[in-house]
Amino acid sequence: MQLDAEPLLAELAQKIGTLPEDTAVVGIHTGGVWAAEKLHAMLGATLPLGKLAVTLHRDDFSKIGLHPQKKATDMPFDVDGRHILLVDDVLNSGRTLRAALNELFDFGRPASVKLAVLVDRGRRELPFSADYAGATMTLDPSQELVLKNDNNKLRFDIQPKN
Amino acid sequence: MPLQFNPQLGADGKLKHLLTTEGLPRAMIESILETADQFVSVGDREVKKVPLLRGKSVFNLFFENSTRTRTTFEIAAKRLSADVINLNINASSTSKGESLLDTIDNLAAMNADMFVVRHAQSGAAHLIAQHVKPGIAVINAGDGRHAHPTQGLLDMYTIRHYKKSFHNLSVAIVGDVLHSRVARSGIHALTTLGCPDVRVIGPKTLVPTDCERMGVSVFHDMYRGLEGCDVVIMLRLQNERMTGALLPSAHEFFKSYGLTSEKLARAKPDAIVMHPGPMNRGVEIDSPIADGRQSVILPQVTFGIAVRMAVMATVTGA
Repeated sequence: MQLDAEPLLAELAQKIGTLPEDTAVVGIHTGGVWAAEKLHAMLGATLPLGKLAVTLHRDDFSKIGLHPQKKATDMPFDVDGRHILLVDDVLNSGRTLRAALNELFDFGRPASVKLAVLVDRGRRELPFSADYAGATMTLDPSQELVLKNDNNKLRFDIQPKN
Repeated sequence: MPLQFNPQLGADGKLKHLLTTEGLPRAMIESILETADQFVSVGDREVKKVPLLRGKSVFNLFFENSTRTRTTFEIAAKRLSADVINLNINASSTSKGESLLDTIDNLAAMNADMFVVRHAQSGAAHLIAQHVKPGIAVINAGDGRHAHPTQGLLDMYTIRHYKKSFHNLSVAIVGDVLHSRVARSGIHALTTLGCPDVRVIGPKTLVPTDCERMGVSVFHDMYRGLEGCDVVIMLRLQNERMTGALLPSAHEFFKSYGLTSEKLARAKPDAIVMHPGPMNRGVEIDSPIADGRQSVILPQVTFGIAVRMAVMATVTGA
């Protein structure tokens, strides 16, 4: 099953409204970076886009090990004292977000962090909530929501978790 | 030839220990180099630490002195948030008569998770790897003349960084190849990664007689050997070799095999110059070359930390 993510992006941009000046948009690899790139343009953000790779902070390293990948953290601005709009495709357990915040704080102490997600799946294992969500969706835990980038058109594939 | 026992790879094909680059599958080497990519930027952060090895104890066992290698392993482990214990064994138990494996058993009883071993005897790290119980990783930080795999891997990382691919490269390794574990580890890694032209340059007394069997070509004339090279790896001339009959003098050696601008001019204009350190300026390398635009000797040190982090993370990860 597929779900067009473009309307969710529009919805999300509308909910965020005007981006306070001096706010940096930061996407979480990989899906969050795609969404953040689009939001960055839609919201007319002035600071360059930030990217966070969370692999080095994951809590399942001892279970699944490290997998080499090309995704890398890139913070092309000073994080200290900055307002951050963190963007991810899906908020589910909250574990990725925990890792992302740890990674972010290795670069400095932001003034504030807000979270925008395309889809909030509602299930949570850690005390987090999204400030902005394009949609809220209840899915069976055996289902996975995977963002795909098809010629710069974003869509979700709903597929069984492997 | 019977299949040699290779304790560094588990039955599942995963890296359990890093003992040598010989026989290390190409995919494994590439995976370590790609993993190192992720760690290079960690050194540039305000907080130069990631939590992958939090709560692990890494023992640096240096039976042979090496400040630089020990320091880079220590920094690598600390950037991964491990606890690091440095043991200068020369000054401790072995001098009181304790055997190597007894020392290891005692440290294992202190819940060690990883041993980084430097030893003057070839095969010391293998011996320890075969002895420790599952779950304890051993990394060879140099054993005798045999291997120095993390140096070999960081050299590969450096070459890949500047030259992108190994497919059309000519790499020259120059100097005391006979006594060099760096040369051996480099040659095995280069041939595994598909480098088509590996050359060894040195005097007859310092090049192993069976060198060609490792898939390299041998030159005794440095000018000819450097012709058209992309990468020049200089080896340290170990001063202790001078006392034997292998070499006339440091001055003579420099004349024939020291890297000067005159000799380097035979290599490609964009050739990079590498050296594992510590350098003997004026013996194997001329100062203007060591500090020149083609030298990547200091980047090697920086990359070395990321590569050692990658190796430690790889042997620790499930």
